Amino acid sequence: MKLGAITTSVSVPSRARPTGWRKMMQFATTQPLGAAGLVTALVMAIAGALAPLIAPYNPVAISFSDMLAPPSWEHPLGTDNFGRDILSRILYGARTAIVMGLVSALIGSTLGAIIGVVSAYFGGVVDLLIQRVVDIFLSLPIIVLALVVVAMLGRNLVLGFDFNLILAISIPIVPQVARVVRSSALSIREMAYVDAARVAGYSTRRIIFRHMAPNLMAPYLIMLTAFIAQAILLEASLSFLGLGVTEPSPAWGLMLAGNAVDFYRQAPWMIIFPGLAISLAVFSFNLLGDSLRDWLDPKARLR
Amino acid sequence: MLTYVAKRLLMTIPTLLGAAVLIFFMLRVVPGDVIEVKLRGDGASVTQDVIDAERRRLGLDKPLPEQFTSWIAGLTRLDPGLSMWTGKPVVDEMSVRLPLSIQVAVMGALIATLIAVPMGTLSALYRDSPIDYLLRIFSLVGLAVPAFWFGMVMILLLLWLFNWLPPVIYTPFHVDPIANLSQLIWPALVVGIRYAAVVARMVRSSVIEVMKEDYIRTARAKGLAEKVIIIRHAMKNAMLPAITVIGLEFAFLMGGLVVTEQVFNLNGIGQLFVQAVAHRDFVLVQNIVMFIAAVFVFTNLAVDLLYAAIDPRIRYR
Repeated sequence: MKLGAITTSVSVPSRARPTGWRKMMQFATTQPLGAAGLVTALVMAIAGALAPLIAPYNPVAISFSDMLAPPSWEHPLGTDNFGRDILSRILYGARTAIVMGLVSALIGSTLGAIIGVVSAYFGGVVDLLIQRVVDIFLSLPIIVLALVVVAMLGRNLVLGFDFNLILAISIPIVPQVARVVRSSALSIREMAYVDAARVAGYSTRRIIFRHMAPNLMAPYLIMLTAFIAQAILLEASLSFLGLGVTEPSPAWGLMLAGNAVDFYRQAPWMIIFPGLAISLAVFSFNLLGDSLRDWLDPKARLR
Repeated sequence: MLTYVAKRLLMTIPTLLGAAVLIFFMLRVVPGDVIEVKLRGDGASVTQDVIDAERRRLGLDKPLPEQFTSWIAGLTRLDPGLSMWTGKPVVDEMSVRLPLSIQVAVMGALIATLIAVPMGTLSALYRDSPIDYLLRIFSLVGLAVPAFWFGMVMILLLLWLFNWLPPVIYTPFHVDPIANLSQLIWPALVVGIRYAAVVARMVRSSVIEVMKEDYIRTARAKGLAEKVIIIRHAMKNAMLPAITVIGLEFAFLMGGLVVTEQVFNLNGIGQLFVQAVAHRDFVLVQNIVMFIAAVFVFTNLAVDLLYAAIDPRIRYR
């Protein structure tokens, strides 16, 4: 598959760089904040993956004798109004957040990148039409766009995953990425090697995927990382509004939804910890995205 | 000037029409509508005749292009149809909730400007100083904290500090300004502070750009006081891009309202939108989306006109 070819050729070919381990060390030393973001994000992902092993309790087990227990040795982050352990729910929630964030951001950014390259490569009427549609989508806040998709599709659970929810999160990302990738692709299209490829008689598909796409990896990776953060935030917001992940699945936004507000006085820990988890996840991916931008594209640092 | 304004106003029509086409047909890509859910939702046995009658009443039995043209025709008369869920006119549903949302949005934008302009300018003038780092942290945290959770934390703080909760019943500003503000200032702070995180960064980069200009060097060379240079020369020019960002982001502030209204339980446009989505009330959804798109298009227009009015270099053609 052609897509696989894009995502595996991660190394930025335009500039010579040390490879593998040394490259990572270089990133860690020149971008300590980004490295911290990466480590935090990895820790959260691992915690989510290992949730069944490390969570002290079953995240959906209701226990009325432990209702609204404050943080203690038994329940480090307290329990909610059903007596469910909040730490366990946050650990399982990390799973939902990271998987939803990664998958949606990957789908949205990849689609957006393809549309952006196609728009730039063909130019003319195609470009004009695509850009007008992108303009309209960009005039709406992403949460509004996501809600429109929710209204359009309703719910559709496939193998325990709400595929429509993934679409609702990824579709608003598409125009954002398309716009940025298009502008990078426009300058690449004018490069001599693209002309050379055209003169050599290569097919359009080959030029786009083999010659232009690898040189667009830097903006693509930066956007992807930034939109993982956005996607996590969007999933949490939709779940909070009762239009995302549904009970009993543990999701951070869902932990703050519904009647959580009735317990402001009795159980503030029900409010504080899930929100901290969302903020930390979004913060670390944003930090990583910012540093990746500085690292891969030093020209952009002026801004 | 007048012809310029007229021309710009005309140019908004294709944009809005394009948005209307996209939203209308996007919502109807998947077949099925809310009527069946509404009438049969609670397991009631309803005959097909009743369902068909309700569809006819709401005009849903007509072909899609016809529904679309009658919607657009209705929009121009400010009569965009009936809610598919409540059956009431959309205009009534929206107009009772608009004043609240607009007030929160405007107050939020004001708060954001009051925070972002001084903060962005200071951190541009003192680059790599503690205030610059503070801004970087502020904007990263501001982007990471979900608006709804920020609202909840604000309520928790009010409870802890003053053992007080904002009133839940909306009072219009002209009836009782104090009661009105004591309810709406909190959501405005929530959207405003998050919005400031974005705007401050833009103000910072725009001041940095301006400080590199030749006229700043000239002003320094002729021995003007630094204060005069910053206020009379740099700020004046740096504010142009800042105004653009504030204008552009205003529509995005409406996005923040969607979740913030839910937290503070405000009966505004955002909450109406969420309900409309939950009910899959397409008519209401498409009209609210059009409203948000129109806010975006017209704030853009206003920014452009303001630009032309304050910057003598921009000539209207």
